[in-house]
Amino acid sequence: MATLELSINEEVAVTPVRRAPRLGPLFWAAIAWTIFILAAAAFADLLPLPSPTDMDMLERRMPMSQLHWLGTDGLGRDEFARLIYGARISLTVGLCAPLIGITIGGALGMLAGYFRGRFESIVGGSMDVLLAFPPLILALAVIAYLGQSLINLTCIVGVLSTPAFMRVARAATLTLARREFVIAAQALGATHARILLRELLPNVFLPLLAFFLLGVAVTIVVEGALSFLGLGVPPPISSWGSMIGEGRESLEVAPRLAFIPAIAMFLTVLSFNLIGDTLRALTDPRQGAL
Amino acid sequence: MTVPPLLSIENVSVDLPTARGNLRAVDQVSLTIGAGRTLGIVGESGCGKTMLSRAILQLLPKKAKLSGRVLFDGQDLVGLKPERLRKLRGRSVAVVFQDPMTSLNPVLTIGTQLVETLQEHLELDGLAAKRRSVELLAAVGIPAPEQRLTQYAHQLSGGMRQRVAIAIALSCEPKLLIADEPTTALDVTIQAQILDLLAREQRRRHMAMIIITHDLGVVAGRTDEVAVMYAGRVVERAPTPMLFKKMHMPYTQALLAAIPRIDAAPHTPLPAISGRPPDPTRPVQGCSFSPRCRYAAGLCYGQKPVLTAAESAEHQFACFHPIQTAASVIV
Repeated sequence: MATLELSINEEVAVTPVRRAPRLGPLFWAAIAWTIFILAAAAFADLLPLPSPTDMDMLERRMPMSQLHWLGTDGLGRDEFARLIYGARISLTVGLCAPLIGITIGGALGMLAGYFRGRFESIVGGSMDVLLAFPPLILALAVIAYLGQSLINLTCIVGVLSTPAFMRVARAATLTLARREFVIAAQALGATHARILLRELLPNVFLPLLAFFLLGVAVTIVVEGALSFLGLGVPPPISSWGSMIGEGRESLEVAPRLAFIPAIAMFLTVLSFNLIGDTLRALTDPRQGAL
Repeated sequence: MTVPPLLSIENVSVDLPTARGNLRAVDQVSLTIGAGRTLGIVGESGCGKTMLSRAILQLLPKKAKLSGRVLFDGQDLVGLKPERLRKLRGRSVAVVFQDPMTSLNPVLTIGTQLVETLQEHLELDGLAAKRRSVELLAAVGIPAPEQRLTQYAHQLSGGMRQRVAIAIALSCEPKLLIADEPTTALDVTIQAQILDLLAREQRRRHMAMIIITHDLGVVAGRTDEVAVMYAGRVVERAPTPMLFKKMHMPYTQALLAAIPRIDAAPHTPLPAISGRPPDPTRPVQGCSFSPRCRYAAGLCYGQKPVLTAAESAEHQFACFHPIQTAASVIV
């Protein structure tokens, strides 16, 4: 039988050269805006700002001036100060609520996708119930019962975002749990906890993170909508949503009162989306993999 | 033999409930393998080879029912506590899977996967585990192992990936290595390299090895014993030289004839086995190979042949009309 003699050169090891990824100016603008708004919200107390709650009935709806950079609102409060303090509320809810969602929903989804069976039916069923329930009515009921507060608002928006995270995590886990590397891990004697945390979580984490940043953007808008309806934080504390709501009353006289917080919200949401997309594209080690 | 075998499979059957009825993937299989020996399990796709290997490790799908005994080192693995089983897996029995693309985690680096296995099983500290990983990668023939540790599976070629998978399987010095179609996903030039690597490491570590394949050519020079499986049953088993000298089961012969030969004249038709394997949810009455067998007659359609000894007790086959003459095709 003829044999094929092959001399195979030792494959030359090349250290992977990571080309410096090109980040467009848009990404840096988004980063700059996010840092600016986060810093302003965090250090609002230290900034030389007029009080966001001091009313001055003689200076209602004043145009922009040296004293009031963005003018005053319908009750004579400084619009710029309210915008900065409002960022606190919007960002707190915007970041904390999806954090609740990703933690509970992610954990439930991974467990459901990995263990399947009755547990999956129970989790899936309860999430369907939560999805089928009108979210606004649920928010109304909870806030009417527990009272208007930042914590209640964050929790309710967080719980409402849980089903979405659960579904993303479960779908990702379902496909991954059938892959051979999970059986390979079992064949190496890994425990369930180990497979879930070390083998599956790093795989599920990327789609979840991308969804989280999207969730931040959506939650800021949802918080705005709830505050607009008067279900958000109680007055006189400002949030972007409640500012838009209050600005609606004077839309003909001073449209900027509704538009300025809307623009702030728009830019923040856009920034989070841009950063999320870019980071995902940069960090996904599966790019180029089949 | 006075020394009890390392692994002995006794009357193992695996049943899978499916929507179309019960599927018997493995049917009353008994095999043994001694320490340091190599057993080849050969058969076409869907004949239960992989299910048998999963049954050895108790890694069957949750719904599967397993009966029989799997004795490893004198210990019955069937019904063993999950805690004890986990200790055994990896440390005593390791597996190399068919497709290294899917058997390595895509988002963890090669180093992470190797180092963590070592830390988990051998309780090495980080530095020692890393040093050992580099040694292992070098042992399986990966150049520049230090650099490979920081790379991901998709950055390596198919052959390299399988080498990494072998390194992970070897990391805890198992007594038995199950190679489940280790070369099927690789191209031919790499196949020989991987098989040579497995053989070399087996000799060096004196471990037993089960090679599962559909290619009789793979087992020919590299195993001590061969078991041919068809439709969940072992239909012929013999020491390798004996099998290739004189095969009795028509299926074994047909499998061998279906390998393309390099010295055959161009345009020679390949003697493929006609028909397809029986639907495992509808068991064939009589010999499962009878619908496709050239020699089938009478009794073959009514009764299942059992494994009987040929010239020596080591050579067994299950056939009513064994091939008497020396096999017409000789490698």
